[in-house]
Amino acid sequence: MVKTYINGVGSISAQKTFEGDFLEEIISNESENVIYAVQPSYKEVIPPASIRRMSKGVKMGIFTSNKALKEACIEVPDAIITGTGMGCVEDSDKFLKAILDNKEQFLTPTSFIQSTHNTVGAQIALGLQCKGYNFTYVNGAVSFESALLDAKLQLETSEANAILVGGIDETTQHTLDLYRLVNFIKNEKDQPFSVLNSNSKGVVFSEGSNFFVLENQQKTSSYATLEAINFFNELKISEVGEFICSFLDSNGIKIETIDAIVLGNNGDTQFDDYYTIASTLFSKTPQVYYKHLSGEYNTASSFGFWVASKILKNQLIPSAVKMNDLTKDNYTYVLLYNQYRGKDHSLILIKKC
Amino acid sequence: MGIISAIGNTVEENYNALISGKMGITDIEYIDTIHKNEIKVGEIKFTNQQLEQLLQLPQDNNFSRTAMLATIAAKQAVENAKIQDINECKTGFISATSVGGMDMTERFYYEYFDNESCRKYIKSQDAGDTTHNTAHYLGLKGLVTAISTACSSAANAIMMGAKLIETGQLDRVIVGGTDALSKFTINGFKTLMILSDTYNTPFDNNRKGLNLGEAAAYLVLESENIVKKNNKQVLAYITGFGNANDAFHQTASSENGEGAFLAMQKALKMANLDPSDIDYINAHGTATPNNDLSEGRAIIRIFNEDAPEFSSTKPFTGHTLAAAAAIEAVYSVLALQNDIMFPNKNFQTPMEEFNLRPITKLTQKPLQHVLSNSFGFGGNCSTVIFSKS
Repeated sequence: MVKTYINGVGSISAQKTFEGDFLEEIISNESENVIYAVQPSYKEVIPPASIRRMSKGVKMGIFTSNKALKEACIEVPDAIITGTGMGCVEDSDKFLKAILDNKEQFLTPTSFIQSTHNTVGAQIALGLQCKGYNFTYVNGAVSFESALLDAKLQLETSEANAILVGGIDETTQHTLDLYRLVNFIKNEKDQPFSVLNSNSKGVVFSEGSNFFVLENQQKTSSYATLEAINFFNELKISEVGEFICSFLDSNGIKIETIDAIVLGNNGDTQFDDYYTIASTLFSKTPQVYYKHLSGEYNTASSFGFWVASKILKNQLIPSAVKMNDLTKDNYTYVLLYNQYRGKDHSLILIKKC
Repeated sequence: MGIISAIGNTVEENYNALISGKMGITDIEYIDTIHKNEIKVGEIKFTNQQLEQLLQLPQDNNFSRTAMLATIAAKQAVENAKIQDINECKTGFISATSVGGMDMTERFYYEYFDNESCRKYIKSQDAGDTTHNTAHYLGLKGLVTAISTACSSAANAIMMGAKLIETGQLDRVIVGGTDALSKFTINGFKTLMILSDTYNTPFDNNRKGLNLGEAAAYLVLESENIVKKNNKQVLAYITGFGNANDAFHQTASSENGEGAFLAMQKALKMANLDPSDIDYINAHGTATPNNDLSEGRAIIRIFNEDAPEFSSTKPFTGHTLAAAAAIEAVYSVLALQNDIMFPNKNFQTPMEEFNLRPITKLTQKPLQHVLSNSFGFGGNCSTVIFSKS
C-alpha cells in the first residue's frame, strides 16, 4: 500500500506559528473571548496591490500553502484540496451588508466574486498556475478532515503524487456578534477563560490557516505518515468509546500502542464530556490539547494536526500543550480526536516515519 | 434518484416536463427583490411554510430553504433506491451547496439582534448545518460531508462519493447538491451583468446571460457487493470523472476552455473511452457569453468537428448553481434509461465563433455513454460520464 507522507507544513494561528519551530513562545489568553491569528508580513509572498484586495483568509491560505510547499520542495502540486467551515465570510458579509444597507443598489461585484467558499483554493491555484484537481470541503468541523481523506485516497490510488491540503477559516465582526448572541462564544462575565476545568458554556473563538503537503514518498523534510482517518456526523456520548475502539481495531492498533492522544477540548461545558470519555480511555497515555492556544473555529483541528505532526518530527511534547504529566521516550503513533458541539466527530492516526 | 426543481417535484415530473418541453422559468414570486421586473428565474413554487409541511418538520426546526429542498430530494432518492434501513451498511452523505443557509441569513441579518425567535437560524448559514439537518432527518449516521466549489459543486460531490465506494471506504453513499434562490446570488450575478432579462438561450449567438434557479437532487451510489447482495436494479453506472482547474481568472473561463478540456479529457481516460464513444453531452451551457464560448471551444478540442449531440437543460430549470450538476446527473441517467436526448430550448442563431449546434428537438437514439459538464467560479471544471446499466 502506498504511504501518505506529511512533507511540509505551514501555520498561521493565534500563536506566532508563521515562523519559528514549535511553540517556543506562547501567547496565553484568559480574558478575550475572541482571539485573532497573528499575522505575518505578506509582502514576501503576495504583491502589495493584491494584499489590499484579498481577505484575511485568502492571505493566510496563500502564505501557509507557500510555506508548506517550500518545505516539501514542491513548486506545483498535483492537486489542491481545502477545507473551510465558514468560507470567505469576510467578503460574503461585505456583499450581503451592501445589499441590505443600499437596498440592492450601487453594488460592485468584487466581494461577490471573492465570496465563494472555494476562493482560497482557487487563488492558490491561480497563483501557482496549478491546473490539477481542486476541491473545497465545507462541512463544519470535518471540513479539513474531508480534505485529508480525499488526498489520502488519491495518493493511494496513484491519481496524484503531491497534494496540497489545508484548513482555513476567517472571522467577521458580524458573525462573531451573532455567535455571542447564541452563546457559541463565551460570555465576558465568565472570565477567566480556560479550556481545562472550564465551568462555562461556549468557546473562545478564533481563526487560522494550516496547510500541509502530502506525498507518496518520504523526504528529509517528512514529519509523519498519515495512517488512517475517519469521521462521523453525530454520536451520543455513550457511543464515543465504541467509535474510537473500532477505528483502532480496523487499523490493527491497541489503545496501549498510541503514544500520545491529541484532544480537541475547547472548554464548552455542554460538549467537553465527549473528550472526557476519550481521555478516560487513554488515561495511561500522554495527552495533548491545543485549543487554549489556537482558539476554536471550524478548521481548528488542522492546527491540532500541525501540533501532532510536530510532536512526531521533534519527538517531544511542548509543556504548553500537555494535558497530563505522562511522557514517553519515543513517540510512534499519535491519535487525534475532535468534535464540535457534539457533531462532526473525527479520528486521525499518524505515525512516525 | 430524487429531485425537486422548477420543472417538477419528483423524478417523474421532471422527466415529463423535459419530454413535453415544459420550461420552468417564470417571474419571481417568493423573494422580495427590486430586480423582480428585470429578471426571470427557475423557482420552486412552494413557500417555506409549505416545504416545512411537506417534510412535517417540528415547530422549532432551523431548516433553511436550501436544507428543506435537499431533504425533500434526498428522501425521494432513499425511497427510490428502496433502502429500508439507512444504516444497514457503511453509508455516507455528501452534499454540495454554494450559499448554504444564505436565504435565512439575508432575511434575519439585522433582526437577529432584536428578535430572539429567529436566532435558531444563526447556525443555518453554515453549509455544514444544511448537510447535518438532512442527514439527521434521514436518520443517517456515518460519513457526512459537504462540498462547495461554486457551480461545479454537485459534480464534485458525485466524484468524491464514487471514490469512497471504489476504495471500499463506504458501501453506499447519497450524493448531490442543493441551492435555494437568494437575494445574495441574484444581486451577485446581477453585478456581474450575466443575468438575462428574458429566457436564457444557451449556445445562441444572441445569448444574454443566465436565469438563476433553485433545486436539489441526489443519487444513491452503491457498491457492487451491495447491488449483488440485495439484488438491486442499477439505473446507470458512473464510469468516469475528471476535475481540473482553469487557473485563469476567479470568475471568467479561459478563452480556449483549458479547464473544461482537461476535465473532459481526464473523465474519458478514466472511463477508458474514446471521444467517439460519447453519445450525448449534457452541457453546462449557462447561456452567458463567456461560458458557452469557452465550453464550446473545449468540446471542439476534445471531439474535433464531430461532437455528439449536445444540449443544455438550463432553459428548463435555470442555473441552479451548486445543485446544477446533480439535477443534470438525474437528467443524464434519464436520458440513458429512455434513449432520449433533451432539447436545448430557446436556441435560434448559431454562434459565429464555431459550427457547433445544440439539438433543439427531443431526439431518440440508443445511448451508451452520456457526458455531463459543470463549471464554476474559481476555475473549477468538472465532468462526469454516466453509462448504461
